[in-house]
Amino acid sequence: MSDSILKLRDVVVEFPALHGLKALLARPRQRRIRAIDGISLEVRRGETLAIVGESGSGKTTLARAINGLLPLAGGEIWFDRQPLHRQPDWRAVRRQMAMMFQDPVGSLSPRKTVRDLVLEPFAIHRQPVGEARQTAIRLLESAGLGADFLHRYPHQLSGGQARRVGVARALALNPALVLADEPTAGLDVSVQGEILNLLNRIKAEHGLTTVIITHNLNILRHVADRIAVMYLGRIVEIGPVEQIMETPRHPYTAALMSANPEPDPTSRRDRIILSGETPALTARPSGCEFHPRCPVARPDCAARIPVLETGATRAVSCHYPTYEDA
Amino acid sequence: MTDTLNVAGLTVHYQTREGALQALREVALNVPAGQIVGIVGESGCGKSTLINALLQLMPENARIAAGSIRLQAEELVRAPPRRLRDLRGRDIAVVFQDPMTSLNPVLTIGRQMLDVQYRDRRPRAAKLALAAAMLGRVGLPDPVAKLGAYPHELSGGQRQRVAIAMAVMMRPKLLIADEPTTALDATLEVQIIELLRELQQEIGCAILFISHHLGVIAELCDRVVVMYAGEAVEEGPVHDVFLSPGHPYTARLIECDPGRMKTRVAQLPAIPGNLPDLTDPPPGCIFRARCDSATERCASHPGHVALAPGHWAACHFAAKDRA
Repeated sequence: MSDSILKLRDVVVEFPALHGLKALLARPRQRRIRAIDGISLEVRRGETLAIVGESGSGKTTLARAINGLLPLAGGEIWFDRQPLHRQPDWRAVRRQMAMMFQDPVGSLSPRKTVRDLVLEPFAIHRQPVGEARQTAIRLLESAGLGADFLHRYPHQLSGGQARRVGVARALALNPALVLADEPTAGLDVSVQGEILNLLNRIKAEHGLTTVIITHNLNILRHVADRIAVMYLGRIVEIGPVEQIMETPRHPYTAALMSANPEPDPTSRRDRIILSGETPALTARPSGCEFHPRCPVARPDCAARIPVLETGATRAVSCHYPTYEDA
Repeated sequence: MTDTLNVAGLTVHYQTREGALQALREVALNVPAGQIVGIVGESGCGKSTLINALLQLMPENARIAAGSIRLQAEELVRAPPRRLRDLRGRDIAVVFQDPMTSLNPVLTIGRQMLDVQYRDRRPRAAKLALAAAMLGRVGLPDPVAKLGAYPHELSGGQRQRVAIAMAVMMRPKLLIADEPTTALDATLEVQIIELLRELQQEIGCAILFISHHLGVIAELCDRVVVMYAGEAVEEGPVHDVFLSPGHPYTARLIECDPGRMKTRVAQLPAIPGNLPDLTDPPPGCIFRARCDSATERCASHPGHVALAPGHWAACHFAAKDRA
């Protein structure tokens, strides 16, 4: 068993729900909403963990909390044995932990050339860049772009090319961990494959650990080793990718996997269509938070809170999971 | 069978500083009455230009250079603006991708649903009752109360339901759905697809469903048109096109969809290369530069090669290797 590079224990992230006088008058519980409510997980060295879930499930919030862009309201995060919950030197941490942001073009400064963009991490972290032009070309080439891109501006790039520049920037300082927020968002299917191949190749070559945040279920099987499924700021199921996709145990995971339309007109299949929408974080249901939408909920699901057992290769937080654990 | 919509030879140019950008070139497609026709294509293929042209709502620098658009045999290109205003919203309705931008943020849902019925000479109470009934029909809980709500008070899925209710309220002959599920999550996406299918059955309208999501097209549509770089390259029944594509672009596009692969692959397929420059599109087959099986013959434009009744592809070799 390989050691873990990132370890989260009972992580809580809160946002103020009310402002001004309303906040002063409200009861303490109502002043804040919990976007992340007690997440524990480990990321092993060299693996790719995918965090999936729908809008509002807290995927991006979780990534931002790991990266120190949002303060923790509780819990612990350990990165390479450093406690990130105790005001670390974030500059030093982020040298080792790179972030790829969601919008490939929007995350690049429109006034900088590609050359400046890929060299920017060296300046920010005051690292020796060596021969600047050579370094820039080497980074671009590792991301599948050539020297002819050096003097282009972001608006002159296609979505796929901008994404490659983002990859080159993330890898500039040889990080140990990359947090990739929706790496395929906004890319056409014909380009998506190239970007995922690039990430897979880099992972194989550098033994990089990656946390991918996505709602694109189709890509999971091809990039992830393990999947964590989030609902309302909590993990409802976690385990190896094949197991989660083939034999989902949590009814929400099952519905999510079955909701994915396939490009095959012969497989217009029976799927689990959930009723309603994700409830608001201000109105979390009692007991199992999925019970109002759950197709197999039983009366006691509204009363008892299920626990996600940790430590096993696979964990599910449901009183009545679908498949027996193998 | 009559067609609700016929598009023939539609050519649209945008005037730009670099010259005329030929965004659509001789696009032809038919939407038979009561059917759901999908348009699939990637960024830059001309999907949005096509919708704008169908509605005759084009940016100032756009020009319809040639072609015709017929809605139930009535020509829309250069039709009088008054007539077009009558048709829009009543005979042709649209559901856009982002319901937050298509709904007016400072008016209540009820107000906006009254506005859609401005042509009706019925009492306001009857119009509100119809609006509430429509909201209930698209699955909004507590529809009467929702009439007083503003768009920001609803979730993304609910806003899209409102947009659909507004679009189908006048029982249009043609409903254009422009990526209506792209902004939604997977579990909501299937709810909306299901809803569109039901409404189509009830109203009997034809639907033109634009998407880049092959899975949704396969799921919902009867027929599909594949577009690439401003041209329709293949059209046919969804079954035929997905299972035996005639155009290499269609075949590659389907191949690239990772949802198709049930086991992990080391190397995901992709289509190398970029879209051609549409200010100066290369002569001959538009996909030639990125096609594996291109030959000298592809320097001439292929035209439509019939493969089966109602199924054609714009490729010289489409009919080869077929029984």
